[in-house]
Amino acid sequence: MSTFVEKLRQYSKPGYYDEFDYHWTMTIDLDRCTGCEACVVACQAENNLPIVGEERFAQSREIKWIRIERYWEGEYPNIKMGFIPMLCQHCDDAPCETACPVYATYHNQDGLNTQIYNRCIGTRTCAVYCPYEVRYFNWFTYTWDEPLEQQLNPDVSVREKGVMEKCTFCIQRIRIAKDNAKDDDRRRVRDGEVVPACVQSCPTEAMLFGNSKDPEAKVSKMMKNTRGYTVLEELNTTPSIVYLKKVHA
Amino acid sequence: MFDHGQPSYAEVNKDILSTMLETGPKYWMLLGMTMSVAGICFFMPWIYQLFVGVGAAGMNHNAVWGSYLSNFIFWIGLSHSGTLLSAVLHITNSPWRKSIYRSAEAMTLFSLMTATLFVMVHLGRVWFVHWSFPIPNQMGLWPNFRSPLMFDVMAITTYLTASSIFIYMGSVPDFAAVRDASTGLRRRLYTIFSFGWRGTAREWHTLGWAYTFFAVFVIPLAVSVHSIVSWDFALSAVPGFHHTIFAPYFVCGAIYSGTAGIVTVMYCLRKFLGFERYIGQVHLDSLGKLLITLSLIWSYINILELFTTWFGGTSFELEALSFRLTGFYAPLYWEMLIFCAFVPLLMLFKKIRWSWNKMLLISILINIGMLTERFIIVATSQPRKFLPDSFGYYVPSWIEISISVGSFAIFVTLFLIFIKWVPAISIYEVKETLKPLRRNV
Repeated sequence: MSTFVEKLRQYSKPGYYDEFDYHWTMTIDLDRCTGCEACVVACQAENNLPIVGEERFAQSREIKWIRIERYWEGEYPNIKMGFIPMLCQHCDDAPCETACPVYATYHNQDGLNTQIYNRCIGTRTCAVYCPYEVRYFNWFTYTWDEPLEQQLNPDVSVREKGVMEKCTFCIQRIRIAKDNAKDDDRRRVRDGEVVPACVQSCPTEAMLFGNSKDPEAKVSKMMKNTRGYTVLEELNTTPSIVYLKKVHA
Repeated sequence: MFDHGQPSYAEVNKDILSTMLETGPKYWMLLGMTMSVAGICFFMPWIYQLFVGVGAAGMNHNAVWGSYLSNFIFWIGLSHSGTLLSAVLHITNSPWRKSIYRSAEAMTLFSLMTATLFVMVHLGRVWFVHWSFPIPNQMGLWPNFRSPLMFDVMAITTYLTASSIFIYMGSVPDFAAVRDASTGLRRRLYTIFSFGWRGTAREWHTLGWAYTFFAVFVIPLAVSVHSIVSWDFALSAVPGFHHTIFAPYFVCGAIYSGTAGIVTVMYCLRKFLGFERYIGQVHLDSLGKLLITLSLIWSYINILELFTTWFGGTSFELEALSFRLTGFYAPLYWEMLIFCAFVPLLMLFKKIRWSWNKMLLISILINIGMLTERFIIVATSQPRKFLPDSFGYYVPSWIEISISVGSFAIFVTLFLIFIKWVPAISIYEVKETLKPLRRNV
């Protein structure tokens, strides 16, 4: 009887594990962001993002898993400019996940919102449902001129036409770190062992990445900052990215 | 009921079957024309798009859904009144239904097929479309039943199946009439189609019972189909899509455009197949009254949508609303209002309701308005979502326009094939409306 109650309790919890080891989280300090777009370039290199060319850029068909949004405040002489790096928020209640008819996008046990390119049939519903507009569609099959194809990252697949793609929090790096942890007989990855390309390249260290399940992790402490907020909180998507508000002096 | 005097039973058979059995050169020319338009305007651009990618269309990052989807909704909408109207009128015992329902149901079937084609055109990787069906496979992969698109797949396949059975069942006695009037291969074929119908009292009783059962079954189905299509939009959080009114709005719009479509089809049947005797003023008048009612409901829901958006007062919704009313596509919005809300009011005058040419014009205008309505819903909401950085706009490419034009040719082609295979007017039900002839004893 007791095992039955135990099983029922286990089952009524989301997922089949009692406790998940990870909840990958990022904090972005807007006070430190200079809008240099180093993260954009790093992401482009790491994740085999295609360079779409001038014409397609003008048609707003560029693929940028992370983009810097620019906002102005005030009128001309007293103008203030702010930047928000916008990437997939890996929402815990993601609108895109319920929308996909074939489960090409789903939530994994690490709190990541994952996209399976091979399963995608290209209905593009997820991109419509995403309030942050961070899902990018492959309108064409893109190619790399010689010898540029030599620099493609072998850990990341190259996507074909008709497939949706988006930020993965550099899942290939998370995978490698987890494998290393397993080899060393550690249950969990150490804090700071996984660094996505954008975080790695940020010159002002505005971005921080880590496991918010670990109370000692830097990111868990940073999240509690009073400047912290999530974008479009009123939509109840519970994003995994916490932005730290810019302080106007 | 009959404008030019009552025909005899034999004349009914002869008039209606002659459209099937006698085929002139005009028919072949028309068929050849529509088929080539369908091939050149629809299939060739589509094949090009299959090779290049969906980028051949005009959609972009700010509006990933485009005219393919709005056309899909339009065709689903057009499919709505056929089976639905036929079923409702069957249950309410309206005699004027009997000479138009067969073509109306055929319209349902063919517009559903055209709509399904648009889903295929819309998909990024259509060669994997079977993944959206729950087909058991060795990978243990299953579709996502939480997705409104999955509801759509289920609803549309159910509706297509039910409508096909409904139209087939109603045609069985007519297939028997074709069998009896023909020879050779056609006779053998229609022997199979008619399931050996002999016209005994028991057969008529069973048919009547089964037909009424299906009519009752189809009505909630038709309402649910377009509600579900509306949920593709309403279940998202996108301003301009996220309205609770969307399901009734879409259902009403669907029946509205479908009824207008029936008027157009009726005009063509009368004009080109010589059914003046069977499709008369009474049909036009009744459909005109129905259209006015539907247009008033449609206008009311539109006002309600504007009002609730304004009353809600969130900045996102207001931004999307002002883009719709005054932005890039504002001329289309006002065109839609004129065609769908104001022009139909002309039908309040009996003079207009009784004129075939004016009714044809109004019915076509209504459907142009409904086509733009769907386009506006798709094209003005997505470019004004939440983050101002992603504001943009979307213009259809020539490939999309060509495919939209070609879809009409596909519809007409299917219809032309249909009138040679199935009696376009229900023979036995028209006979039911005739006054019994006095026999010389």
